[in-house]
Amino acid sequence: MTTPYPTLNASAGAPARGEEGFEDYKRALNANQARVEANRCLYCSDAPCIAACPTEINIPEFIRKIATGNERGSAKTIFDSNILGQSCARVCPVEVLCVGSCVYNHMGVPPIQIGQLQRYATDRAHEEGWRFYEAGASTGRRVALVGAGPASLAAAHELRRAGHGCVLFERRPQVGGLNVTGVAPYKMKADVGAREAEWVLGIGGVEVRAGVSVGAGEDVSFEDLEREFDAVFLGFGLGADSRLEAEGAGVPGVWGAVEFIEAFKLSQVDLSGVREAVVVGGGNTAVDAVRELIGLGVPSVTMAYRRGEDRMSGYAHEWRAAKVEGARGAWGLSPLGFERDAAGALRGVRLAEVDAACAPTGTERVLEAQLALLAIGQSKLAGVLAGVEGLAVERGCVRVDAEGRAGRAGYFAGGDCANGGKEVVNAAAEGKRAARAIDAFLGAGGSLRAHNSRGATGAQG
Amino acid sequence: MADLRTNCAGIKSPNPFWLASAPPANSGGQIMRAFDAGWGGAVWKTLGTPIQNVSSRFGGLSYGGVRGVGFNNIELITDRPLEVNFREIYEVKKRFPDHAVVASLMVETEEEWRDIIMRSVDAGADGLELNFGCPHGMCERGMGSAVGQEPTVNERITSWAKRYSPVPVLVKLTPNVSDILPHGLAAQRGGADGVSLINTIKSIIGVDIERMVPVPRVEGLSTNGGYCGAAVKPIALHMLASLARSREFQLPISGIGGVSDWRDAVEFILLGSSSVQVCTAVMLKGYRIVEDMIEGLSDYMDRQGFKTVDEMVGRAVPQYSEWGNLNLNYETVAKISADKCIGCQLCVTACHDGAHQCIHPQEGSRVPRVDEAECVGCNLCQIVCPVEGCITMEEVPNGFSPATWNEHLSEGAALRPKKGAH
Repeated sequence: MTTPYPTLNASAGAPARGEEGFEDYKRALNANQARVEANRCLYCSDAPCIAACPTEINIPEFIRKIATGNERGSAKTIFDSNILGQSCARVCPVEVLCVGSCVYNHMGVPPIQIGQLQRYATDRAHEEGWRFYEAGASTGRRVALVGAGPASLAAAHELRRAGHGCVLFERRPQVGGLNVTGVAPYKMKADVGAREAEWVLGIGGVEVRAGVSVGAGEDVSFEDLEREFDAVFLGFGLGADSRLEAEGAGVPGVWGAVEFIEAFKLSQVDLSGVREAVVVGGGNTAVDAVRELIGLGVPSVTMAYRRGEDRMSGYAHEWRAAKVEGARGAWGLSPLGFERDAAGALRGVRLAEVDAACAPTGTERVLEAQLALLAIGQSKLAGVLAGVEGLAVERGCVRVDAEGRAGRAGYFAGGDCANGGKEVVNAAAEGKRAARAIDAFLGAGGSLRAHNSRGATGAQG
Repeated sequence: MADLRTNCAGIKSPNPFWLASAPPANSGGQIMRAFDAGWGGAVWKTLGTPIQNVSSRFGGLSYGGVRGVGFNNIELITDRPLEVNFREIYEVKKRFPDHAVVASLMVETEEEWRDIIMRSVDAGADGLELNFGCPHGMCERGMGSAVGQEPTVNERITSWAKRYSPVPVLVKLTPNVSDILPHGLAAQRGGADGVSLINTIKSIIGVDIERMVPVPRVEGLSTNGGYCGAAVKPIALHMLASLARSREFQLPISGIGGVSDWRDAVEFILLGSSSVQVCTAVMLKGYRIVEDMIEGLSDYMDRQGFKTVDEMVGRAVPQYSEWGNLNLNYETVAKISADKCIGCQLCVTACHDGAHQCIHPQEGSRVPRVDEAECVGCNLCQIVCPVEGCITMEEVPNGFSPATWNEHLSEGAALRPKKGAH
């Protein structure tokens, strides 16, 4: 099948991807399992699980519909709130969101497997090709969306329902953002994220300009966008992995974690000769990377974090799973640099022992490693906004109000570039929310072209 | 340790648990396995002129994912040769002389009744059960519920049976009547030693919505069947109690209808059953369920101080009264235990949509608040609450002397102000 926009190259003959050997760590429910689980749901009033969902999916309702055999209605209930319901079902940290708030937790009864049920219903919809939404009657207004990840996809879908024209600008060759390049493969593989993006864009009327970067000095400038579009949605996510300023970064065997994850998800990474790997960091990317290296067959994987286990920012349930799989933690260690052998290959990571306040104690340690991944954050991309008057940037993030409006009229933002790096479900919620604000802006006669003299001429010409 | 030995209308068994006349009591091999498992008696699958059955025969009612809460069937009486059945009755009695084997019978003419009764007794049956209840297939041929719905026919055939039977005769009554009492009294006039009830309820258990044919489906058609299983228990209990509390009706009763566990059995006995018969629960779960029934009943009797089943029979009957005798000044309100509440707020929705709008969400807490001034004490919240013992209905003293509707009408007894009636 050919599509009018680029997606992941999963065609026959494409090289195998490193992630393909991974199995889902939460197995899909079959129809029997789904029905039994759905029937356990109490169908709470004003349910806490809904409040815990950033996209406010009516969870008891979609679960009840699974129980009654109304699977089509169940999927629609999910997509009504979150068009990325299929990927969120797989990647959401449900343990700290919906499932964590299930009232059964207070009863000593296992909570409802909400994510698994959502996966069941949304997978059914995707398998059956059910579609629920049509583009609205054309308003003649056009919106540029910068980035083609979850935030922009959710925004574009909502904008198309309102009848606005959409163009996605994506610097990568494919759409889907981190749902394709960045999700741990035991949660979701790249092709699932790519197919979902395709399905979302199936509403029609979304032009994708892939391989095009936006910003000052890039392929397309914001001035260009303001000439062509009535509004701009910023959903460009985060930038490259942060590196160590210390000596040795950039040697063979040292990768940024996000870069590494993308590499083995979309193609292959040669891990022959890697007996020991060290992942530096304590966040969710670090934990994902640890579990991925174990899954890729690295015999010894250690996560080195400058604080204690109790203070790591990665989800405790994920780290517990990593430990069950064999991960080791090294605590109170801050990276200094890398050791190389005579041939220049990585031999180890040099770290400083630090105290609770992260002050060096004066002792250094070397953890032997033939592979080191740095998961110490990603750069913020708000720099590309330099020169766009009125846009406020705070700690590298685009500052937005509660509706997703950025400082300059006609500019909106959502997802990691605005929230600093949260979950897919946050991006989906923020993208949809911003789309509603954009619709209100356009509906009130707002347009970037109106306050741009050349644009105004262009719009009328 | 309580003595579970039972004597129901002169039919004795080691405990009150009998298999009802149905597929689980279709053959000697089955009944011997049931007795090995602990059942005290069995009413044989109804004997008569062997019939031809259809496929399929059963329909189940599922609710909330639970299968078989209700059940129906369009199966008829035995399809096995009578001589085989009689030989097996003999074999069962030989191996289990102390267990109750009751022959369920359904034929037409007096001659046929005489013949089948004598053969049953010869085979060793401890009692007979006249099947006047089957609501499908046989009634169209003038038997089953066609008999049970006509008190004069019921009385006449019962008297035939008594004339020819040296063993106790139970009359199995159909629930497909507006009032059970005249039918129980007809059996009594006919000389029956006891009655058993209820037989199944005339029903259509569902429709295959893709084929648009009711179930159970026989090729392109279906027919009404007999409804049974856990869901019919309330109907059975009412009919049982209606007979048990009648001054005119004096016969022992074998209770049937949705008995699935020991609690159900206790309820049946407290409302007047001397023995309880079980079919659907065994069809769904097997003979093995009797172990829990025996233990549960025995423990209950020990806890309550009952030494024999007889002491228990009918103990709840006096408390079954008329609406006009209920104390209108008795007042309860719902109390929600904050410790036990899990915050599902099912009570909030139930009260708002289905009752009197007096349970409200509270700011800053998932535990709802009961507006006691408005709460009418209806029980709905307690019924929907998923946590055992979280919502209790507690008596509120209101200063009013007890007063029933009857007393209010006859003596002008003062009634408390109504709640929730604005």
